[in-house]
Amino acid sequence: MITFPQRDGHARDFHQARWNEQLIFDLGSPGERGVVPPASEPAAAAAGEPVRRSLRNRRNAAPRLPQISQPQVLRHYLRLSQETLGADLNIDIGQGTCTMKYSPKVNDTFVRSPEVSAVHPLQPVDTLQGLLELIHRLERMIAEISGLHSVTLQPGAGSAAIYANVSMVRKYHAVRGESHRDEVITTGFSHPSNAATAKTAGYKIITLQGGPDGYPTVEALRAAVSNRTAALMITNPEDIGVFNPHIAEFVRIVHEAGGLCVYDQANANGILGITRAAEVGFDICHFNLHKTFSTPHACGGPAAGACAVTEELAPYLPSPVIVRADDGRFDLDHDRPLSIGKVRPFYGVTANLVRAYAWISSLGAEGLRQVAETAVLNNNYLLKKITEIDGVTAPYAEGHHRIEQVRYSLADLHEETGVSSGDFGVRLGDFGLHYWTSHHPYSVPEPATIEPTESYSRAELDEYVAAMRTVAEEARTDPEKVLSAPHRGPIHRSGQDAMDDPETWAVTYRAYRHKYLGEQPPEVPRWIPPAGLPAKQRPPRAAHR
Amino acid sequence: MSGPRLGVVVNPVAGIGGVVGLKGSDGARVQAQAHQRGAVHRSIDRTRRALSVLAAQAPTCHVVTVAGPMGEQAVPAGLSATVLGGTARRATTADDTRRACARLLDHGIDLLLFAGGDGTARDVLDVVGERCPVLGVPAGVKMHSAVFGTSPVTAGRTAAAYLVSGARLAPAEILDLDEAGVRAGVVRPRLYGALNVPVLPGVQGRKVGSSAAETADAAAIAAAVLDEMTDVEIAVLGPGTTVGAVAQRLGVTGTLTGVDAVDLGTGQLLVADAGEQELLAAVRRRRCRVLLSPLGGSGFLLGRGDQQVSAMLLREIGTDAVTVLATRSKLAALGGAPLWVDTGDAEVDSALSGMHRVLTGPGEYMIQPVLPADEAFAPQRA
Amino acid sequence: MHENASPSPTTAHPYIPNAAPQVRDGMLAELGVNSVDEFFADIPEALRLTRPLDLPAPLTSEAELVRHMESLLSANVTTRQALNFCGAGCYQHHVPVVCSEVNGRAEFLTAYAGETYEDHGKFQALFEYASMMAELLEMDVVTIPTYDGFQAAATALRMATRITHRSGLVVVGPVGQDKLSKVYDYVAPVATVEHLSADPVVPVPLAEIARHVGEDTAAVYVELPDAHGCVDADLGALAALAHNVGALLVVGVDPIALGVLDPPSAAGADIVCGDIQSLGLGMQAGGAHGGFLAVHDDPRFVLELPSRLFGLTPTGKPGEIGFRDVAYERTSLAARENGNEWVGTAAALWGITAGVYLALHGPQGMAELGDTIIDRTHYAMQTLAGTGLVEVPGIDRPHFREFVVDLAPSGRTAADFLKAMAQRRIFAGVDISAESGSQQVLLCTTEVHNQRDIDTLVAAVKEVLA
Repeated sequence: MITFPQRDGHARDFHQARWNEQLIFDLGSPGERGVVPPASEPAAAAAGEPVRRSLRNRRNAAPRLPQISQPQVLRHYLRLSQETLGADLNIDIGQGTCTMKYSPKVNDTFVRSPEVSAVHPLQPVDTLQGLLELIHRLERMIAEISGLHSVTLQPGAGSAAIYANVSMVRKYHAVRGESHRDEVITTGFSHPSNAATAKTAGYKIITLQGGPDGYPTVEALRAAVSNRTAALMITNPEDIGVFNPHIAEFVRIVHEAGGLCVYDQANANGILGITRAAEVGFDICHFNLHKTFSTPHACGGPAAGACAVTEELAPYLPSPVIVRADDGRFDLDHDRPLSIGKVRPFYGVTANLVRAYAWISSLGAEGLRQVAETAVLNNNYLLKKITEIDGVTAPYAEGHHRIEQVRYSLADLHEETGVSSGDFGVRLGDFGLHYWTSHHPYSVPEPATIEPTESYSRAELDEYVAAMRTVAEEARTDPEKVLSAPHRGPIHRSGQDAMDDPETWAVTYRAYRHKYLGEQPPEVPRWIPPAGLPAKQRPPRAAHR
Repeated sequence: MSGPRLGVVVNPVAGIGGVVGLKGSDGARVQAQAHQRGAVHRSIDRTRRALSVLAAQAPTCHVVTVAGPMGEQAVPAGLSATVLGGTARRATTADDTRRACARLLDHGIDLLLFAGGDGTARDVLDVVGERCPVLGVPAGVKMHSAVFGTSPVTAGRTAAAYLVSGARLAPAEILDLDEAGVRAGVVRPRLYGALNVPVLPGVQGRKVGSSAAETADAAAIAAAVLDEMTDVEIAVLGPGTTVGAVAQRLGVTGTLTGVDAVDLGTGQLLVADAGEQELLAAVRRRRCRVLLSPLGGSGFLLGRGDQQVSAMLLREIGTDAVTVLATRSKLAALGGAPLWVDTGDAEVDSALSGMHRVLTGPGEYMIQPVLPADEAFAPQRA
Repeated sequence: MHENASPSPTTAHPYIPNAAPQVRDGMLAELGVNSVDEFFADIPEALRLTRPLDLPAPLTSEAELVRHMESLLSANVTTRQALNFCGAGCYQHHVPVVCSEVNGRAEFLTAYAGETYEDHGKFQALFEYASMMAELLEMDVVTIPTYDGFQAAATALRMATRITHRSGLVVVGPVGQDKLSKVYDYVAPVATVEHLSADPVVPVPLAEIARHVGEDTAAVYVELPDAHGCVDADLGALAALAHNVGALLVVGVDPIALGVLDPPSAAGADIVCGDIQSLGLGMQAGGAHGGFLAVHDDPRFVLELPSRLFGLTPTGKPGEIGFRDVAYERTSLAARENGNEWVGTAAALWGITAGVYLALHGPQGMAELGDTIIDRTHYAMQTLAGTGLVEVPGIDRPHFREFVVDLAPSGRTAADFLKAMAQRRIFAGVDISAESGSQQVLLCTTEVHNQRDIDTLVAAVKEVLA
């Protein structure tokens, strides 16, 4: 007999693909091509030729695109795909707040069907009934899940949905003659897009810091609220995974002052069917369909966002809205004088609306509750296992359970070993795992945000913890190994040096040719700053990790 | 030897008090007590850790240090070193630190790496000032100053990166507490000045404080607060770099550790490094605003290093006339802890207490609790 | 268990491994917790939903789900079943199969915010996308995609206000109503917009534009092709006009036209923006959009971009190249409300797809594609005008892909016309009569419409309008 080895169940012996793939500009040769467009028929060419000839802005110098045959293009991109760690391949619980759950493969087949991929948004509505019905049904589902009255699915992603919410707030106050309300209140653990979108919309931002339990106190809110308050924009559960139990009191206080309350439910994964915006009293909320509702993250989009509002705010929703006529047919209503207008072309990211609809349809009410309960079970299981690792703690709300995620701190490990949370994450990649610290500025020192969702098995959760434990041990016994990671990734450690100075950064190959290969950029007419125009003072530099 | 030269000074008694619960290590009696309680000299080990990292990342670097526990003992094998005179005593004093720094500066160094806490940083400040960039290996009990790496390892990495590739320098505040006061249950943090520290993108920052990387934030805060003070005649500027940015924007030369008063109408500096009486004279019957920023790390807003902003002054102009400024990272570093006030007048402290809007940028505020310092505050940041 | 809540099902949904009762109970036991409900202790009773969500019964079986979805979607008529001439912001171009193959790969489709190491391939693919766009646009800085062309235009104009410290925006020529709506809402906090619109027959005269451009103007915005398909805007003259008063020229462009048209930067455009839907994304009922922003490599411009930028960096291994974020402090991810606007999940996979599209076509393919589109557009314009039943305003101007057809000679309304055409399985354009004030439709012809398709369209127009 032959003896076969048994896997010990701990950290995986992993090595990611390392193709050492050249830049696409180094591939191919003149004359190679990947596709051939249709050629004009003689009659069409006869119609177009004089026009082409007389164009004042006809391009003479061909763009310096690469020239590559089809198989080489395919191979190049498939190699790059192998050097990318998708959620379908890893235990993707380390990108906390991102809700990296399973995106069912069957839902992709609906998107690829011609009924979705090969229809035009402005073809006659009679020929779009299937899609309009689907969107309408999804709107009703989201309305029920939030408890609010009306829904738009137009925003292209979560932050775009938050911006749509802010636009509705602005319009609402403007219509009521209360444009003096120029302040938006948010919290330090709310997603940064709440502050950023409100600032973009012209508001002053008042941030409430978390108290000992992680969420801000009612006293802090009272100090912030006034007749200048346009809205409270708050994430709950907060990014550290704590549910603010005083949230209804917050809403009451802001309403009494005449402000609106906007609930960031981007990530509602832990509370589906448990608690809703409506029960808490919110006027507006939004969901990210690529978080809670399973649509794939696509390297960072396309995503999709949903905004839900009370009946009072329904007239402000983006246009058009889908309406159902008495005969059961669906139509588009563009005649909405209070609407904030368009936030996105057409009806939103249709493909992801189809996926989200299919996902909710598969789960139903019972399944959604199963999602929430399992996500929270998984999270509290990890909380126990991860805080058993020496040097890792979970600040705030000690002794409380958490909802869907936890922001851990590696401050003790860092103090002892000099290995920062960012370094730790790079090394974890050597085990085929992602790992994320937190948004800036770090309120939790040396943070790590872990969110298991409902999609990972107990064995997978254990494997992630085992890898963390391995790296924590390495930090003590062989810190250089951690600090010089990655060792088993597609590439080796790179520096930030070239990234921050205009003289050295090169964000395209064209810029690289001009800065590093000695080619002269062409002289073209350009704007010249008028004398005395102040240059922007550069903010402190920041690195991504 | 053509490589960059790193000065190394260790305070071997730094941190010795903290590990045995003495809230600091200043003074021979405390150190003796610490020895009795079984304390060990951890700063030498921590320096060696920093230098080991440096040796790996900047092998051409040459160490200049002093003999014995104040440096030589912390240099790992593999690093070349020049050892100047020194002391074999372990019970070193502040004077020993100052003397060592002076020797290294005279010899010529590109960066001074010192190990200790806030007390050591003050001694370094006394001698080094702006003559040489400085970086601290965290080894003390109190580390409120913004010169320390977040750990010995990061201090070593930052020093290595600076010596190999260079970096921008920026001022870091040197703060210290009066330890006698702390042991007696009273906290007196104070701003003593600033040292230049390397700022490296991509390398972990320092432990706390209004550091260099925040100067642009502070400038934005200064612009914002001046925009908001259109009806104010006199601005009283408290200590620190954040408020200092306001003076800079007004084009007056303020004092980093003192309190200044500026006439916003004329743009004139009325009085620099003012005492209580001068301030009272400056503000009388004028519309005033006092701009204060918390001391990094401890969160002290009033009563520590700015006693000139006295209870009497605040009674004169009203406690509503206080505007608090802070960079967001300074507030974040407080981890939800309140800001403290101690004017010595319970009534004024109580009037100042409650939730404050802290200005953190143009159109940006954070709500932060302010409390009287005597409400059970025991700083402990070993 | 919460007393009024629905009981947890006893079988696990196939997407949820730890909902299997034995697994769940084992994990609860490990935690010393009796019920999952204990985890929700911090949520006050009054805020709990006390009944199950009112949703349709689950289709847990994949087979049942597929049947349901097919049945629901079968009510759509696809552009494979009908002949489509609708455009107006969503264009029916051929999608090379390699584009779909690459963006369907699970590695790309399900990746997200991974770092430069474990997601190296994503960084390289997006750097290459930006680089190929840079070649097409002849500008050295192109961002990772934003949401769509609407957002790109809106952001470009807000950038112009930040760069120039001015608040006046002048929009020249036909721009889609929906895009304008988005732009107005987005720039409202910081700027005012003047729109100098035009009929399809003649461009807005330069003298007219000059009257509206002055010391307060942050930017002049113009599109190429414009919303009526015209490609004869005199960008050089507009650039000179804007630059003379210290304003920027911002140009919205469809990159698919740049195989045959000069890049706007050559004429003096300072910010170029647009949508990449044409570059292999497909239509998806208007759901497949991505926006791009391009500027010269000037920190005054680069530091105002809100989107991420990936730059080249050497790694610790000689000869190896990696990618990292450039000037990250600009972004809201680093600086919250201090960042430029905001950056969030937008359209990265579409960027990768557009990169594949450009790599497949190369310079020759892009030029041939542009020629074919111009030819067929003008063939359609001329044959339609030749019927005498409709007018093609601006027929003497060069068009790319789109043109306006006026139904005045026939006396029919656009709505009636489109309905009658749809009965013949032809989607004969988009009704723009509400915005133009005349009975007009906007038609679109691309490389997918061969001469026979256009002849079919013309024959049907004759039947319907005769």
